[in-house]
Amino acid sequence: MLYSLISRHSTMALVAESQKSGNMLLFLLWHVVHLIISVLYIVREILRAIESYLITNGYVKTNTNLNLDRVKYLGIVVDSDEARNTSQVIELLEWLSAIGVKKVCLYDREGVLKKSKEVFMEKFGSAKIPNEKLVSGPLLSKKRMDFEFVSLSDGKELVAKAANLLFKKYYVDADSEKPFFTETHLTDALKTLGAVEPDPDLLLIYGPVRCHLGFPAWRLRYSEMVHMGPLKYKKYGLILKAIHRFTKVKQNYGS
Amino acid sequence: MEGERPSGVIGRLLGGVNRTMRRLLFTFMSSGPIPQHIAFIMDGNRRFAKKWKLEEGAGHKAGFLALMSVLKYCYEVGVKYVTVYAFSLDNFNRRPDEVQYVMDIMHEKIEGFLKELDMVNRYGVRVLFIGDLNRLDEPVRVAAEKAMEATAKNTKTYLLVCVAYTSSHEIPRAIYEACQEKSGLALALNQNGNNIDGIVNVEDVNDVIKVVDLEKHMYMGVVPDPDILVRSSGETRLSNFLLWQSTNCLLYSPKALWPEMGFWQVVWGILKYQRSYYYLEKKKKQA
Repeated sequence: MLYSLISRHSTMALVAESQKSGNMLLFLLWHVVHLIISVLYIVREILRAIESYLITNGYVKTNTNLNLDRVKYLGIVVDSDEARNTSQVIELLEWLSAIGVKKVCLYDREGVLKKSKEVFMEKFGSAKIPNEKLVSGPLLSKKRMDFEFVSLSDGKELVAKAANLLFKKYYVDADSEKPFFTETHLTDALKTLGAVEPDPDLLLIYGPVRCHLGFPAWRLRYSEMVHMGPLKYKKYGLILKAIHRFTKVKQNYGS
Repeated sequence: MEGERPSGVIGRLLGGVNRTMRRLLFTFMSSGPIPQHIAFIMDGNRRFAKKWKLEEGAGHKAGFLALMSVLKYCYEVGVKYVTVYAFSLDNFNRRPDEVQYVMDIMHEKIEGFLKELDMVNRYGVRVLFIGDLNRLDEPVRVAAEKAMEATAKNTKTYLLVCVAYTSSHEIPRAIYEACQEKSGLALALNQNGNNIDGIVNVEDVNDVIKVVDLEKHMYMGVVPDPDILVRSSGETRLSNFLLWQSTNCLLYSPKALWPEMGFWQVVWGILKYQRSYYYLEKKKKQA
């Protein structure tokens, strides 16, 4: 963590130096302030680790007995560089499976998780085993989760493909009626292209920054987005806390 | 009378000190990258009114004052584009009297703004109203169009007010506009004798519309994507706001209700942005 702090500050210094800064003293002060903020974030991380320990070991009672029915579809956004560490992702999925989450949407910008699809499906997926021997038992059924793998190409580019579908449908014939496109037109076109899954209720973001990194836009309308920090510092108790907080949220949907 | 003047002087002196301190702080922050575009979801007006036991509607009035302060700080620190989510298409589902109240406030404020045009044009603020303006009441829409026309030549800073807006409306509309544009082009091609019967060759149609075409026709296509998206009152969802444009955007959710938002939230948001700058720039380049 200290190494990342130092390297982050040296890069920030390089970035800042390339900006026009009037006063040398203010520039140094800026650097010091950001260093202090980084230290505060480290302290916060330690406190979160303690909190997670307390939650995981049952000292904080309110985070148990989760009403998981409210989380019908959980989305996970992972930074692509962190997603390459498959064992970390598997550990996260094991935790989710232990909590009782059944349906997960896994997103990473570059599609790294998509490439490791087989690994996840084998560990957690339905018992689609090529051999005849069907491994049954409570352990396997308990671990079963449904997955959807999404990457950047399933976002804006998919909408462009849907646009082309709609163009072909309504604009090829010069005399045909050309309706004003609404959400329904777009959703139907996307369904034809295979985008049939629902919107995630809760989106957990694992990465250095709180940013959804290009998750398909039309699916994020009312999703609650929680930043969980880098994947390598994930904590079981904090997932429980995030889900618990989500079940308490009251949405008006604009009304 | 004599008692008033000294306090007026002290008030002005303190105001001057305040401004100088702010300017110093903003200069200090400019040592690092300053975001070009910040977007705000102004959430929490009704909760504020309830919290302080004010009459209904007073929350929105307080919210307007907060908006003015936040805009001032953003422009002072050097932000060029500020977008605010004033009214969602979903908000039309609220009680009719509340909707009417918000429309009335908007009308009142836009008219007030039109009276101060000299000052606005001196600061070079260009105002744009973004959304399905046909859904607004006639007087509000007319006032909004007047304001847009009156500030059209300003280029120093931009204020985008999203009214009758949702991303769910913006994206299909952009597809519609893109289709209209491309079919116009196709027709022009046909008239040059490339196809028979005025029908576009189906095989050529596969890649007619690209992502850049859609982005050109988005309501928000007139400005660069936001760098920070702020939602007040601690809620962590985007509620159908700038979903397409927030791909590489830092999401910030201060706990303050919108009427409580001010100087420190703007400062903290920008400091957070500076911490994330290197990472987000890397992601933008990878796209």
